[in-house]
Amino acid sequence: MHFYRAHVLVCAGTNCSLRGSRAVRERLAGELARRGLDGEIKVVETGCFGLCEQGPTVVVYPEGVLYCRVTPDDVPELVEEHLLKGRRLERLLYRETAAKAVQTVPQMDFFQGQVRVVLRRCGVIDPDSVEEYIAHGGYQALGKALTQMKPAEVVEEIKASGLRGRGGAGFPTGLKWEFASKAKGDVKYIVCNADEGEPGTFKDRLILEGDPHAILEGMAIAGYAVGARKGYVYIRGEYGLSIQRLERAILQARELGLLGEDIFGSGFGFDVEVRVGAGAYVCGEETALFESLEGGRGEPRLKPPYPTEVGLFGKPTVINNVETLANVPPIIQNGPKWFRQFGTERCPGTKVFTLTGDIVNEGLIEVPMGITLREVIFGIGGGIPGGRGFKMAQTGGTSGGCLPVQLLDVPMDYDELAKVGAALGSGALLVMDDTHCIVDIARVFARFFEHESCGKCVPCREGTMRIHEIVCRIATGEATPKDLDNLEALARTMALACLCPLGQAAPVPVMTTLKYFRDEYEAHIYEKRCPTGTCRTLAGRPALTAAGKGV
Amino acid sequence: MLIPMGGERMTDKAKPVLDLGRIDEIVSRHKGREGALLPVLREVQDFVGYLPREALERVALGLGLSLSKVYGVATFYTLFYTEPKGRHVIRVCESAPCHVQGAREVVEALQKELGVSFGETTPDGRFTLELVSCLGVCGVAPAIMVDDRVYGNLTPETVVAVLQEYR
Amino acid sequence: MATVKLTIDGIPVEVEAGTTILKAAEKAGVHIPTLCYLEGIHEVGACRVCVVDTGAKALQAACVTPVAEGMKVLTNTPAVRKARRMTVELILSNHPTECTTCVRNLNCELQTLAESLNIRSSRFAGERPEWPVDDSSHSIVRDPSKCILCRRCVSVCEKVQGVKAIGPLNRGFQTVIGPAFGDDMASSVCVNCGQCVLVCPVGALYEKDGIQKVWAALADPSKHVVVQTAPATRVALGETQGMEPGSIVTGKMVAGLRRLGFDAVMDTDFTADLTIMEEGHELIERLTKGGVLPMITSCSPGWIKFIEHFYPDLLPNLSTCKSPQQMFGALAKTFYAEKKGIDPADIFSVSIMPCTAKKFECERPEMRDSGYKDVDVVLTTRELGRMFKEAGIVLDSLPDDDYDPPMGLSTGAAVIFGATGGVMEAALRTAYEVVTGEPLADVNFKTVRGLEGVKEASVNLKGTEVRVAVAHGLSNARKVLDRVRAGDAPWHFIEIMCCPGGCIGGGGQPIPTDTEVRQKRIAGIYTADERLAIRKSHENPAIQAIYKEFLGKPLGHKSHELLHTKYTPRGRYAIHYRDKKVAD
Repeated sequence: MHFYRAHVLVCAGTNCSLRGSRAVRERLAGELARRGLDGEIKVVETGCFGLCEQGPTVVVYPEGVLYCRVTPDDVPELVEEHLLKGRRLERLLYRETAAKAVQTVPQMDFFQGQVRVVLRRCGVIDPDSVEEYIAHGGYQALGKALTQMKPAEVVEEIKASGLRGRGGAGFPTGLKWEFASKAKGDVKYIVCNADEGEPGTFKDRLILEGDPHAILEGMAIAGYAVGARKGYVYIRGEYGLSIQRLERAILQARELGLLGEDIFGSGFGFDVEVRVGAGAYVCGEETALFESLEGGRGEPRLKPPYPTEVGLFGKPTVINNVETLANVPPIIQNGPKWFRQFGTERCPGTKVFTLTGDIVNEGLIEVPMGITLREVIFGIGGGIPGGRGFKMAQTGGTSGGCLPVQLLDVPMDYDELAKVGAALGSGALLVMDDTHCIVDIARVFARFFEHESCGKCVPCREGTMRIHEIVCRIATGEATPKDLDNLEALARTMALACLCPLGQAAPVPVMTTLKYFRDEYEAHIYEKRCPTGTCRTLAGRPALTAAGKGV
Repeated sequence: MLIPMGGERMTDKAKPVLDLGRIDEIVSRHKGREGALLPVLREVQDFVGYLPREALERVALGLGLSLSKVYGVATFYTLFYTEPKGRHVIRVCESAPCHVQGAREVVEALQKELGVSFGETTPDGRFTLELVSCLGVCGVAPAIMVDDRVYGNLTPETVVAVLQEYR
Repeated sequence: MATVKLTIDGIPVEVEAGTTILKAAEKAGVHIPTLCYLEGIHEVGACRVCVVDTGAKALQAACVTPVAEGMKVLTNTPAVRKARRMTVELILSNHPTECTTCVRNLNCELQTLAESLNIRSSRFAGERPEWPVDDSSHSIVRDPSKCILCRRCVSVCEKVQGVKAIGPLNRGFQTVIGPAFGDDMASSVCVNCGQCVLVCPVGALYEKDGIQKVWAALADPSKHVVVQTAPATRVALGETQGMEPGSIVTGKMVAGLRRLGFDAVMDTDFTADLTIMEEGHELIERLTKGGVLPMITSCSPGWIKFIEHFYPDLLPNLSTCKSPQQMFGALAKTFYAEKKGIDPADIFSVSIMPCTAKKFECERPEMRDSGYKDVDVVLTTRELGRMFKEAGIVLDSLPDDDYDPPMGLSTGAAVIFGATGGVMEAALRTAYEVVTGEPLADVNFKTVRGLEGVKEASVNLKGTEVRVAVAHGLSNARKVLDRVRAGDAPWHFIEIMCCPGGCIGGGGQPIPTDTEVRQKRIAGIYTADERLAIRKSHENPAIQAIYKEFLGKPLGHKSHELLHTKYTPRGRYAIHYRDKKVAD
């Protein structure tokens, strides 16, 4: 075994890649070779580390020093200073505040506040290396389940842990597995829902890119628990790198006998196939996903019957989100009590959040459930850039509720947020400062649903269009007070009458912005005024100015 | 994705020549699997560039499906095209996180530079501009995709520069 | 069977497990309005009109949600009412408002629903996609801007008829129903059966109008306008004026047609008897001289286009006989013209049919054996109903009248053509007596009657066992044909009717046409059969006369010229073979 004196980890998650991390890595490799250091120092390409705003990021171990916004031109100096002379390269260190330059990862507030369970390997291991996965504890849980536990015991462990679905619905995972394990039939399926289409959410992409084997392990454990021998991962078509990494991981796992027949000599066999979506947000809804996987239009089915009874190809199916499955191996490995030390009584464990919008530390974090919105935005999140005022935070993606400043102290878990009419959902967090117009962003929300409605049921197909039209009219100053009444009535009906969760959730952002920011809507309607000066006429000319004069 | 009404009339127009053997090979490779239609359409589109009528008929024939079903599936999804596209497809994210980070100005710059609106192709056939939903790279909003490549942290200036790579 | 107890609006009711809330409510005497629901054909819970409160977070569609023990269903809370009204308003916001000029005015499920919910305004004015009307087909017109996307037509075309000519295209608000690639109907594999028209709740699908042409011909003094009426129209026409389905209005229909101004009112049933003569002899010839077997009937033009598209390899199995409509057409401008001394160029030949595919059939290029277009215009039963209304003709007040010779006399065997199994039974009545030389003890062959999808029977013809099959609805036809193709068919003779129930369930019949209505019309058909003096085609004196005077003998030279036809193989995906290499 080769021993390296240092590891240089370069984040190659999509976000850092887009900022040029590949070039950094290549320059590093080249520079180390040039200096004859490549035998002692290893460069590792890892998955997303989470600090997307500061990318490309490079972490040097064993010290754990984090360098930010590294460019290829910085590399020779980095190698010279840190790797040869052992000195920190000050100017590239992460600066939490103007004064304090933070040196190592453990010292950073950004990482202090986090509890990285699902993300523990992201940014640490090379996702293309199954050996690194195993060395980091991978496949231990599967081994334990298959050789030391009965299927029913596995189900009990997940139930006892209190793990709830991390895709958005928050349904107790153990209960879902129990239903499926009790369902009659020889053929059952495990489906991983990686159709992550909720705007503002990119955690599943980065988990799959950074730690693909975790999903395979989670699915195999699920298969064992419920009696399924085949799994499908349905990944959205836009996630090219995730698809690649996962397919490679599957081949690696098969080669090592970690997928396929008789895993660990237990007699249990399980295999996974990747299926690719083709651009439809609605396919993130479980029954629409089944329709798509079965080769049809992604139009949701009626429930009941539920997937655990009648799911993919009509068979009992467990369908879980990527993050949910990534939680399974650690729970099996460490036990439910360990998992319950994080989070709250009814929502134990951690949650991966994606921070987007007007927030300093845009990126990926993992924190215990129950943390408040204020702590996320102003603590780990680093606050609002430019010192501007906080206006609104939308949790759970475009289908989530919009929360005003008075609700900043709501704990972030499924139940607490539901109480205030919002949703934890996928864990997406969109922060908006006071330079943005609520009506303008409501228009963007409405446009999204109109574009993504599948068209099967009347209230959603027609309703999303009408909501979009009304909000556009409000934005351009052409709406009447009646429009506001109609908008509310329509929103209320859609939430009750639509066939699937897409339609039921579509009016939520409109309803919450109306509830908490009604004055902005009214300014557009009664005064033809856009308080932030954002809204324009359809012709593109500013029609509604902050001062209230039309043009 | 939108179909023009009045597609087939009694007279045929000249159609591009298609390698049917290749399509048959794609179909036969997927045929045994359940739910083969989507993977087949994806591969056929990768190969042909879009999904013309002849290709869909061949797929329908090979998989034993009606043309209505195959076409109905092809037109449901944003990543499938039944009309030829420009050489490069530019997909602009229209969702809230990108919007909050200034996507509107990026969109305007793109439209001005290309001279087309959403769903249209530039006269020289080089670019097709599409407005799509969240691409899942919100960490680098505002973002676009050109074919398979993602570009993030765009400004009205940098997005025009991106286009240069493809000219 | 296990039962479930629940309450509907507080009313306790007990039903079998698996029953839907809708049915349970019916039992409790509570009516829940529906729109897209069509029992047995389309149960998808998509329109959301029938939503009810079951205590769940969201409202559930009553038509598809099964009951549960102890469920408390509320069908009329303020929230439910608001949701239902909102859904209808949303449909109306995307629907033309010109009801008064719509073909379904006063017979439209959307009108009925809006009225019953007391809708007085539609709050949501907005974009409405402008899809052009497709009237390319001879038989069926599509008006997608009136479509409410209930998708019943898709279900019927896909599942009941197995044709799959239309489907949903695009997504969301841009969804539209139609043939692939936005083809027009005329270019598609639509077989013109019109089952979609029967199930459409609104005016998005209807038959191509022939009424104006008929009025023009009737008003033209130089034209001798002849009309023939199909078997199935006489038990359904009454429904256009409020009578019970199955009411036999033959005599009144004839009287009404005369009032409209037709110069001669004759009967398709006559040529139905003729078809039996020709086809019966054709079968006997194939049986005895080793022709292609099994032989399949050919009187249903929707079925003919179907086999041309999907089973062109089996075209040799079809009988070469034309349909009764077309036999009549050819004879009207030859035999009849001669007999009456009328120049065939002046004859305008109209038929009243339960069928939309007949409009396509009369336009087929080969249907000109008389030297002219054999049948000029086909009107559906519905269209005739409209003409009577327009002319103020009240069926009830008309005295019964008789058909005109020489093509007006028919038998019970002819009238049963209207029901599934009827052609088979009529053929057997004649074939038995011709082959055995003995009179039939019982003319009724009940084994081939009824609504079962595929019926089988065997008849002993003097030691020879003749095995037969009867299928109605094209999905059932596929079952039979797949076996023929596989060489696994034990039958000698097969009757296939395109429409469920046979012609009485045809695409041109009054709307609604559901299972109950079909059964009533079928009962009317067999009652009409029993009432007729002559029940076997070969005993029809008018038939004997036309052979003696004009045709010679069955399958003779004149018959081949006028009464037999050829078929056209068609592409699997479009009206022509587009490119043999591609799809075939």
